[in-house]
Amino acid sequence: MSALDVELTRRIGEFELDVTFSVESGIAVLFGPSGAGKTLTLSLVAGLIRPDTGTIAIDGRVVTDCEHGVHVSTQERRIGMVFQDGLLLPHRSVLDNVALAVRQGGGRRDRRALAHTWLERVGADGLATRRPGSLSGGQRQRVALARGLAGEPALVLLDEPLSSLDASVRRELGALIRDVIVSSGVPAVLVTHDADEAEQIGDLVISYRDGRVTARREVERPERRDPPATAPESGPT
Amino acid sequence: MNGLTAHPWSIGLALPPWVWHPLSVSLRAAFEATAVVAVAGVALGYLLAKGRFPGRGAIETVLSLPMALPPTVVGYYLLTRLGGPGPIRDAEVHLFGHPLTFTFTGIVVAQIVESFPYCLRFSRTAIAVVDPRFEQAAHAMGLSRWRTALLVTLPLARRGIVAGVAMSFGRALGDFGATMIVSGSVPMATTMPIALYSAVFYGSHHQAMVLALVQVGAALVILLGVSRLGKVRPW
Repeated sequence: MSALDVELTRRIGEFELDVTFSVESGIAVLFGPSGAGKTLTLSLVAGLIRPDTGTIAIDGRVVTDCEHGVHVSTQERRIGMVFQDGLLLPHRSVLDNVALAVRQGGGRRDRRALAHTWLERVGADGLATRRPGSLSGGQRQRVALARGLAGEPALVLLDEPLSSLDASVRRELGALIRDVIVSSGVPAVLVTHDADEAEQIGDLVISYRDGRVTARREVERPERRDPPATAPESGPT
Repeated sequence: MNGLTAHPWSIGLALPPWVWHPLSVSLRAAFEATAVVAVAGVALGYLLAKGRFPGRGAIETVLSLPMALPPTVVGYYLLTRLGGPGPIRDAEVHLFGHPLTFTFTGIVVAQIVESFPYCLRFSRTAIAVVDPRFEQAAHAMGLSRWRTALLVTLPLARRGIVAGVAMSFGRALGDFGATMIVSGSVPMATTMPIALYSAVFYGSHHQAMVLALVQVGAALVILLGVSRLGKVRPW
């Protein structure tokens, strides 16, 4: 069963997106120049926008099927998202931002404990009581990564998470993103226009140009191993 | 709710009854009206900002009419609707045992109608300018629309909402025309502006001066409060 199956079209003005691809597991990178339709694809997968035609299935579950009028809401797709500028809620603490994303049952105390665990995992536990406005760009993206994974999603979507950061921070955070996502076992789709970033983070690179998929390539990794089949049930270890 | 009696606090505050009576009526009516306006105004402001249904513009225009109309016109319609024969008056008698005209509740109703547009428009604008990407992020986190509204949208719009509620409170506290027509000058349902009008009308210049000063003080407190809210660091 694929982590993600996409076959869709969407026209916006003169631009037409027409893509078909599947992601089995690991981290898939949508790579290409600005305006190629990468972020639009991510928005369609997230359910923020509806395609004109086609289907989308996440973890084997059809969440969009235009022909049969199926459109599962963003809330019900069990996805995690990491946005370009983090988009942390500015009026809540770092811990609240992550705890709000925890979908698992249990009380507030349990959700906050799990949020602490995720913050620790991304090296941001010391920031728990801070407000997002007081964080650096790199810190914000660490928290955003913890938030994206805290709900034990079936799929994580990352929209150019490193593009607003300094070069020195990008490399370090790129490695962290790969480590945390691979060890959590959650499949991911990351958008970037940076070739080095695509090589550093991805297991699979799907190249985009003018709204079409032009190439698909597995990244060779000497240390590569298959991620665990399922996400851990009680958060990161 | 037909009126208020002198409160022992008036002695402690060293306020003569001719100040305390109208001040307490004004404050109580304004607080009650603002409580209703805050809940209804924010809820409707949210619907108008986020909803996609026909007639949104018409609803906002009709509900905002009291901003553009002379308060006496609003008062006239309230007097004829609340006090004239018809189903509304029958409902008042059924619910309260008497018509609402010339009562304290009538004042509250007049102030609700007069002050509602301020809360509605401030709230709608504040909610509409919240960056929708925060709401998208909340949806991606699995938050329902209801929780997103309560935990994300309204807190992010809170400065505009609070300013709108404060403006509504100020409008309710200062209303004269609509209140005067709906309540007349019944002694136990006399607000500060009506008391000032009566003092001037009967030539009590000292009383008029004191009543005016108290209202200036109240207005200053409201404006300073709103200004302070505007300067508070966002988060």
